[in-house]
Amino acid sequence: MSTVQGDLLHTVEAGLISTSRRFWGRTALWLSALWFIGCFVLQAFHELTWIGWGFENWRPVLYAYFLWAAVLCVTRVVIYGEAGKKALFVLPAALFVVSMVVFPLLFALWIGFSDWNLASSTGRRFNGLDNVRRMITDPFYVNALLNMVLYCLAIAVEYAIAFGLALLLNQEIVARKFWRVTFLVPLMLSPVAVSWMVGKSMLETRFGPVARFARWLGWENPSFFGDPLTARLSIMIMDAWTFIPFMMIMLLAGLQALSREVLEAAEVDGATKWQRFWQVIFPLMLPVSVTTVMIRIIFKLKLADIIITVTAGGPGGATDSVTSFIYREYRDRSNVGYGTLLALVYLVIIVFGMTVLMKISDRIVKRMTGRL
Amino acid sequence: MTSIDFEKYARGQRLRWWAMRLVVYGLLVVWTFVCIFPLFWTVSTSFKTAADVMRGNLIPWFNFYPSWLGWRSLGLSPDTIFQISTVRDEFMRRLWNSVIISVTASALAVVLGSLAAYGLSRFSYKFGYMRNSDISFFFLSQLIMPPVVLALPFLVLYKELALLDTYAGMIAVYTLMVLPIVVWIMRDQFATVPVELEEAALVDGLSIWGAFARIIVPLVLPGMVAAFLLALILCWNEYFFAALLTSTNTNTLPVMIASQTGSQGINWWSMAALSTAGILPLVFVGVVLEKHIIAGMTAGAVK
Repeated sequence: MSTVQGDLLHTVEAGLISTSRRFWGRTALWLSALWFIGCFVLQAFHELTWIGWGFENWRPVLYAYFLWAAVLCVTRVVIYGEAGKKALFVLPAALFVVSMVVFPLLFALWIGFSDWNLASSTGRRFNGLDNVRRMITDPFYVNALLNMVLYCLAIAVEYAIAFGLALLLNQEIVARKFWRVTFLVPLMLSPVAVSWMVGKSMLETRFGPVARFARWLGWENPSFFGDPLTARLSIMIMDAWTFIPFMMIMLLAGLQALSREVLEAAEVDGATKWQRFWQVIFPLMLPVSVTTVMIRIIFKLKLADIIITVTAGGPGGATDSVTSFIYREYRDRSNVGYGTLLALVYLVIIVFGMTVLMKISDRIVKRMTGRL
Repeated sequence: MTSIDFEKYARGQRLRWWAMRLVVYGLLVVWTFVCIFPLFWTVSTSFKTAADVMRGNLIPWFNFYPSWLGWRSLGLSPDTIFQISTVRDEFMRRLWNSVIISVTASALAVVLGSLAAYGLSRFSYKFGYMRNSDISFFFLSQLIMPPVVLALPFLVLYKELALLDTYAGMIAVYTLMVLPIVVWIMRDQFATVPVELEEAALVDGLSIWGAFARIIVPLVLPGMVAAFLLALILCWNEYFFAALLTSTNTNTLPVMIASQTGSQGINWWSMAALSTAGILPLVFVGVVLEKHIIAGMTAGAVK
């Protein structure tokens, strides 16, 4: 995409745009912008109780913003003609994302350095670096971060299983479509339903079938959420169960895209199955594998639903992910300030970590595929 | 004089081939069991009585006799379906909320995302210092944004905007959540369509918007369906935002299911029925449209 110089699709301006058309376009744009800013300032003054008159809530300001956004889109065409029509493709999505992400992020910075209890009437109080100080000494947050590392390490096992399944489905088997659909089913299930189906009922210590099975195997008192280690493992297994199909499908697509000639050449050269896998298939699959694992890591970093609904972080916060910890923090204290700061720090860690990871994996892929 | 026993060699080969088959199908069956058993357990539990659950009876008609217990508590069994049932009304409301929110959000994301992806694949932009590659990175980078970062600011903002517990608010959040995935899939789709097609259309007198609507959209429709389905799955199953931003009017099925689990002494059969009813629509969609979902998932990964 970055190599595209100029438009791929050229268009010709149909006619000249008259100056009066431009003028009216600009005027409409400025008027709507002024209207929006005016509404915003009015409501801000009202909130600060500088003036008595104002709206009940910020909703009218939102409508003014919509008006401005709509006018902005329309005036692109009015002012710039064909070039404006091109801008109109990206503009709505860009406006949407900017107003839904960039603005809330800036707002998050404002909340993050404050003590703001939504339940009390005192409202926001700026408290400087108190939240940061509290975060550094909060053992639960550190624990949640370490848990995220553990949960991410579990992806290695998930990847191995998914790769195995993809290889299985890539064999010459009858009714491949049937197996594929069956293997895909866990992906459709909502984590909340899974956490009931598996976490609360199948792993139930007295009547759950898995507990029964474990007893039959000789585990005296099976308890899957009793001590920290097994609880973490159970969470990992449930999460893996829903996401292995996703990795499997991507890897399967990669396997099917491998060129037959290379595989046949390896076979003719007398490579055993084992050698063919490690020397040919695996290195060729590296780019797909990296994409798959990256996406999986991204989704893993959002892990929360299963933990919230099954263990609520227990026992003693041992299974908490960052998301579920912040969720509980908010639910228990209804204080948004501290949670927001934790989330922002988490975001910084993720962005930094993902960048490093992408650089490293890029290098590994280059080296491995360069050798072939 | 040595002779090669071809017969023996062939037998060995065949034996190994059969052993291989056995292993492959054995593993397939094992994993099928892993995938299906939780589903089977849930569906069968919704037909069990308390005693059957305690005894761990598994096979219907063999060691327990199915009853409509779970479905009756939901008001969905044959004998209660025509009676007035508050639980059923509640369930239908949640189901309806889920349908409205996830379908609208997915559709909106597909529209916005396709337009953006098309623009980025055909024209070169300059917004300030941002070029095309920066803009598409900006869209895709939203994928790594964990929802928890936006959750609390959204909570406060929505409270000020009176958007808490409204359809509009939920739809906006879900659209934002799935937009990067849609852009990712659609970017690939548009890259496979040759530009010559639009050039011909432009020569024939269509505008760029006309060419997009009449030539390009029909061509990438399968990709759009795939993107829509993936978005639908993600939205339907979403719990975190729904739990935070809704309270009574617009909470979705996952919130309803989650709110039942906390109570003392779980009502096994009714929970099982509720879970089954909650996942069934999507399992149905998934099984019927499996091809499209796979197409969507593999779009960006394999070049």
